[in-house]
Amino acid sequence: MKEPLIKCDHLKKAYHTQPAVEDVSLHVYEGEILAVVGPSGCGKTTTLRLIAGFERPERGEIWMQGRLLSSPDIFVPPEKRRIGVVFQDYALFPHLTVYENVAFGLRKQPHPQVNRQVNQMLELVGLNHLGKRMPHELSGGERQRVALARALAPRPQVLLLDEPFSSLDLDLRLKLREEVRTLLKGMGLTALFVTHDQEEALYMGDRLAIMNEGVVQQLDQPEVIFSQPINPFVAEFMGSANFLPGRVVEQGIETEIGLIPQQVSLPAGSEVELAVRADDVGFDLKGPANGVILSRVFKGVMNVYKVRLHSGLVLEAFQPHYRLFAEGQPVRVFADAGHELACFHNGAAIKGDERHLDGVTKD
Amino acid sequence: MYLPAALVALAMSLPLLYLVVRASAAGRSAWNWLLRAQTLQIMGQSVGLALAVMLAALILGVLLAWLVSRTDLPGRSIWSALLPLPLVIPSYVGAYLFVSFFAPRGLLQNLLEGWLGIERLPSVYGFWGAWLVLTLMTYPYIFLAARAVFSRGDRSQEEAARSLGCSPLETFWRVTLPQLRPALAASSLLVGLYVLRDFGAVSILRFTTFTRAIYLQYQSSIDRSAAALLSLVLILVTVGFLIAEQRIRRSAAENPHTAVHPAEVIRLGGWQVAALGVVFLILLFGLIFPTGVLFYWLIRGLLAGERIANWLGPLLGSVSSAGLAAMVTVVFAFPVSVLSVRRSNWLSQILERWSYIGYAVPGIVVALALVFFGANFVPGLYQTLFMLLFAYVILFLPQAMGSIQSSLRMVQRSLEEAAASLGENPLRVFQRVTLPLITPGVASAAAVVFLTTMKELPATLLLAPTGFSTLATQVWGAVSEAYFARAAAPALILILASSISMFLINHHATLSGSSQRQ
Repeated sequence: MKEPLIKCDHLKKAYHTQPAVEDVSLHVYEGEILAVVGPSGCGKTTTLRLIAGFERPERGEIWMQGRLLSSPDIFVPPEKRRIGVVFQDYALFPHLTVYENVAFGLRKQPHPQVNRQVNQMLELVGLNHLGKRMPHELSGGERQRVALARALAPRPQVLLLDEPFSSLDLDLRLKLREEVRTLLKGMGLTALFVTHDQEEALYMGDRLAIMNEGVVQQLDQPEVIFSQPINPFVAEFMGSANFLPGRVVEQGIETEIGLIPQQVSLPAGSEVELAVRADDVGFDLKGPANGVILSRVFKGVMNVYKVRLHSGLVLEAFQPHYRLFAEGQPVRVFADAGHELACFHNGAAIKGDERHLDGVTKD
Repeated sequence: MYLPAALVALAMSLPLLYLVVRASAAGRSAWNWLLRAQTLQIMGQSVGLALAVMLAALILGVLLAWLVSRTDLPGRSIWSALLPLPLVIPSYVGAYLFVSFFAPRGLLQNLLEGWLGIERLPSVYGFWGAWLVLTLMTYPYIFLAARAVFSRGDRSQEEAARSLGCSPLETFWRVTLPQLRPALAASSLLVGLYVLRDFGAVSILRFTTFTRAIYLQYQSSIDRSAAALLSLVLILVTVGFLIAEQRIRRSAAENPHTAVHPAEVIRLGGWQVAALGVVFLILLFGLIFPTGVLFYWLIRGLLAGERIANWLGPLLGSVSSAGLAAMVTVVFAFPVSVLSVRRSNWLSQILERWSYIGYAVPGIVVALALVFFGANFVPGLYQTLFMLLFAYVILFLPQAMGSIQSSLRMVQRSLEEAAASLGENPLRVFQRVTLPLITPGVASAAAVVFLTTMKELPATLLLAPTGFSTLATQVWGAVSEAYFARAAAPALILILASSISMFLINHHATLSGSSQRQ
């Protein structure tokens, strides 16, 4: 396997004014976009600040291309790291024009070269006509692009983006993230992208690092994380609405909505929990009912039903938009996944068969 | 609402309009007087002193603010609290303490004569004395403005600079300092205005600027039109400063930044000792030394049989005139404040501008205008307390309006609309909803006007009825006759009053600041 461009080993930074990083290890390969995602306060921004060199770790090391950047003893200041940063609030210099902002990091180069580079960057983000404007004369999306151009202008080895789209409208956010991803990929740039939005992370990241409580819970390709979450937190964060208790039997897992024919490496009789997405749950009016419909929310392309089982457990289930049932209607609920369900025992994922769990750093 | 507001605005500008009339009717001799080389000299001295004080205060203020907010200077929170304090010393009290120490018959000479037999000291009067005293009184304006920017300092901008390859020092020059520029420009213009308006300090230190020249001209000449002309020239200069200050403030308001994180602390290393030395020197001259001298004279006066009963009269005079001024000013401030906040249109804006006239015009000029106006139009009121109150209202209406307007802005429009939708007419809405909510702001407006009025010197000097004295005129009188011990007790009370008003203004600013953030 090739050597990562950025490597963080067991970083710790517990600082009272910001979310703590307890133990973070991750690596980013050259040309890859790693999306770091987690709920607010999970330590994702602090991790980014440690890599940028705005914070010193209490423990652990940060390496870039075999060079030690941070450790408790060694600290390369941010200006010597060649790591670009796009800030959440953009942090454009209010006293400088757009052109001057982008040229800010190019001062040591001869003038014609600076001029060429700035214009190239502004063209890249589609703002070459706005060079003379002041930051306060720009719209949110334009500021975002200037911030990106400014960070890219000195040709950094790595780009860090801290929730760069969070203060934009939804439409603009979707448009910009597509642009930014295309741009980064086109340049072959290595990037670390921090967000709290799992959908955005799935879109932006070649790989995802799911963080919670200062620890990377799982680091893998989006598809793997989606289908094989390593613990209930990751499953829930990636959109699993339901956790269904079950018991291991010889033929599979016995649950309230029937037998799930899925082999797990646990002795019969073990108690497990299955993560069931709303699209994994089906129901119909055939056969004996095991639940009643609690509510229905119409979402256009589909209906989202809440169904209460006899045990009192409530499951969410999608149905096509044309399938309408009344509240209080008794129904037969069953699993309708078409794939193996994520299965947990004592809060950890259980391997059913060969699973691909590279890069997992949970201790 | 428009009618009372218009009446107030008219009343505020009437005497000054009359000043213009009076000046334009000035005789040939007055015009000649104005065009003499001496007038140019006065102009040069005024502006020169203002610029010199601005420069010195700027350097001191920025340096000290940087030290207490961005470095690891030991005890910086204590210094940060102590360094703005010279602000509470009225300029003429500062000048009095300075003169009473260094001047002939002063404290230092007494000491030196006793021990070393030195009988003559270099003169403390003139430019350098005025420059030193006014710098020490005004650097806190710059200090406070710079400290606010430094501590607000947007960390992510500085981090952006670092990630783009700037060292900490380069970051300071290229990112931090340029952002200070509007705040510094605005606050140093305020310092300039302070110097231009100042009457007490330059008079006690015998350096002839506009205000002192106007006073001398008023006292000596038979044709007082020359004083009127001189006043108009001074107004032109101060208005120039004010317009510049407003411009800068407006352009600065367009760069709002959100500060989330505290900025990085710079390690001073070996410079710590030098930095502490500077801070200590400033506190020594701006705070410790004035306080020491004040208490020296106070105790010496008491020992020499200075009777407490002597300053009960002036105290009573101060409290009664200031109390009346506070009440009248607040009542006058109401219509224009409500109008400008709730009905913002061209008319209300013009009325508001006119009511702010006292902000642009130095106290001595307002007093002079009222002397002319009173003597010619309402001779019955001339030399009465009424005329003095009128001057106070003109001078301090802007302060009261500022406070009332900011508390009005905090009352959400929807609260009043809710009351109206529940069936209350506008007057009842004001009475039941608005007034209870702005009461704290109105009370602080009254308190601030009260305390500022107590410190007022030039208008009181010119307009007080015969036999009526206040603490300020008491200090002035005692110092002009070099009875330094007699001035100590009133000076102390004035400093206390001034401290309380500064505290209130500050407190109010913090309150409105925090509620705006929510």
